[in-house]
Amino acid sequence: MKIHEYQAKNLFKKNGLPVPKGRVTSNSEEAIDISKEIGFPSVVKAQVHVGGRGKANAIELVKDEESCEKASKRILGMDVKGFPVHSVLIEEAANIDKEYYLGLILDRNLKDNILMVSAMGGVDIEDVAENHPESILKIPLNFSSSIEDKDIEKVLSFLKLKDSLKAGFVDVLKGLVDVYFQNDAQLAEINPLVLTKEENWLACDGKVLIDDNALFRQQELKELKEDLESNEIEREAHKKGIAYVKLDGDVGIIGNGAGLVMTTMDEVSRAGGKPANFLDIGGGAKKEVMEQCLEVIYSDAQVKGLFINIFGGITRCDEVARGLVEVLKTREKSIPIVLRLAGTSSEEGRAIIEPLDSVITAETMSEGAKKIVAAMS
Amino acid sequence: MSILLTEETKIIVQGITGREGRYHTKAMLDYGTSVLGGVTPGKKGQNVEGLPVFDTCREAVLETGANASVIFVPAPFTKDAIIDAADGGVRLIVCITEGIPFQDMVEAVAHVKKKGACLIGPNCAGIASPGIGKMGITPSAILKKGSVGVVSRSGTLTYEVVEGLSNLGIGQTTCVGIGGDPILGLTFRDLLEMFENDEDTEAVVMIGEIGGSDEENAAEYISQMTKPVVSFISGRTAPPDKQMGHAGAIISGGKGTADSKVKALKDAGVPIMDTTGEVLQKIKSLL
Repeated sequence: MKIHEYQAKNLFKKNGLPVPKGRVTSNSEEAIDISKEIGFPSVVKAQVHVGGRGKANAIELVKDEESCEKASKRILGMDVKGFPVHSVLIEEAANIDKEYYLGLILDRNLKDNILMVSAMGGVDIEDVAENHPESILKIPLNFSSSIEDKDIEKVLSFLKLKDSLKAGFVDVLKGLVDVYFQNDAQLAEINPLVLTKEENWLACDGKVLIDDNALFRQQELKELKEDLESNEIEREAHKKGIAYVKLDGDVGIIGNGAGLVMTTMDEVSRAGGKPANFLDIGGGAKKEVMEQCLEVIYSDAQVKGLFINIFGGITRCDEVARGLVEVLKTREKSIPIVLRLAGTSSEEGRAIIEPLDSVITAETMSEGAKKIVAAMS
Repeated sequence: MSILLTEETKIIVQGITGREGRYHTKAMLDYGTSVLGGVTPGKKGQNVEGLPVFDTCREAVLETGANASVIFVPAPFTKDAIIDAADGGVRLIVCITEGIPFQDMVEAVAHVKKKGACLIGPNCAGIASPGIGKMGITPSAILKKGSVGVVSRSGTLTYEVVEGLSNLGIGQTTCVGIGGDPILGLTFRDLLEMFENDEDTEAVVMIGEIGGSDEENAAEYISQMTKPVVSFISGRTAPPDKQMGHAGAIISGGKGTADSKVKALKDAGVPIMDTTGEVLQKIKSLL
């Protein structure tokens, strides 16, 4: 789960990390009030779930009320790489001397958490990793949820910080480790971590990614999640516990198992169609679950056809078929539907569907993909 | 022979008194699997499918002589279950449960390694060795004994391929689901090495998906194998930054793309098929 910059900074603040003074708002008048309160110059920053805001002109330094109003209005009305801006963070502008990078991330290959530090902050760390790998220090945390003193020493000597700056830096480092573990994050980074001309440390931008699997024990963050889902259909589907991702095509997809659903999307694309969604009904879905899934698909006005691809294991194909029959009863006119059933109770499932003229059946996944694309053209 | 799950494997089921645990214990027994007991803390003395239930894996191992466990406990308690298994002397742990916090898995995987045990999963279909037994949820009806090894990150997609192979008269030595999470026990490379060393396995199917770099890491090893490996990657049309069901199936920061996996496999000379149908035909042509 992605959270916004201002939400990440709230987590930082809770753990005593130094962040610039500021507040979030969704209207330009309040933006001016906040700016006046913290003093000019200040920065207006779009709060969207996408990187590269600087290049996209979604961050602006403002020097007075007039430019603050103009910038807030402009940014609040814009769309960054397809993400509409609903709120802006107004912050004091830091007096930057130097920019660092500090991050913790879950490393799939090492099966461990690693700490990454670099004196080349303020730019995309992936670009730094590619072009200047020697300027990044990576330290595995050795399966522990804290950082050892000897590793802190390594970091300090790598960054060649002068003595008077060390204590403040170590506080930031330890604070970030706490933010990471206390919130079940899979990524927590400060970029840039600014050293100001007044020799203070300031977390000027932050990014935190939360592990969705851990939300059952992160009640506060769980509440954030519900607010953060921008797409209405996704929000409704997730409320019902359905694994659904909205995509931009017109072929609705229903399947069981993430790998099979992804492959079904791939097959539809190969056949010349464009998937409208990813929807996994999960293992052992009953008729009622299938009905709910179909309602989700029907709530997407972009969907012009539907391919249902089920390989029965724990899931019984007859349950899926019954759910489909039930929902079709309530609809006068249906979009084209292709149904492919294989595995557990597929014979029974096909028998249930047989009387329905509106449902096209397919033997294999490839055949089904071709049939739905043909039926829609 | 088969890998991991062999004639010597004796199994206990952790979470045997739960709904999933009961259902699949019966299915595993029906398939002829050597399941000897189960574990649910606080439920010692109960019986499930005629099998004794214990409080801990240590007790279960001592009483039954089991050397393997399959886990169906709910996600919030799975870390403790894995650690209990490793501490109890279980050598092979198969974790079916999905939705386990990543940090729990970091701790559990490190612990299993320290104890010298093997972990498969989590969030997987488990292991099936046709003719011997199954540890997990793979439907028994699609399995057929034979000479192809199957290793995959996905459950139902594996069923699709396994049933296809069986329908063509091509059987399997062992089918392993390694799981769809970012932090896993054994990975593709580990399993490929086991298949390479298994005398009955003649060819291997590897089914990967977007996210992580497990497929890339396996590619180089495959190029040194004596046995043919046919591969498939799902999610080739999935957009970046969207998690496709599996916690691990996400392209983020330009990493874990299907293109990168396809390229790594192609560069290593591994046949990579565009559809599951082509996987079946390729395997058929190799045997």
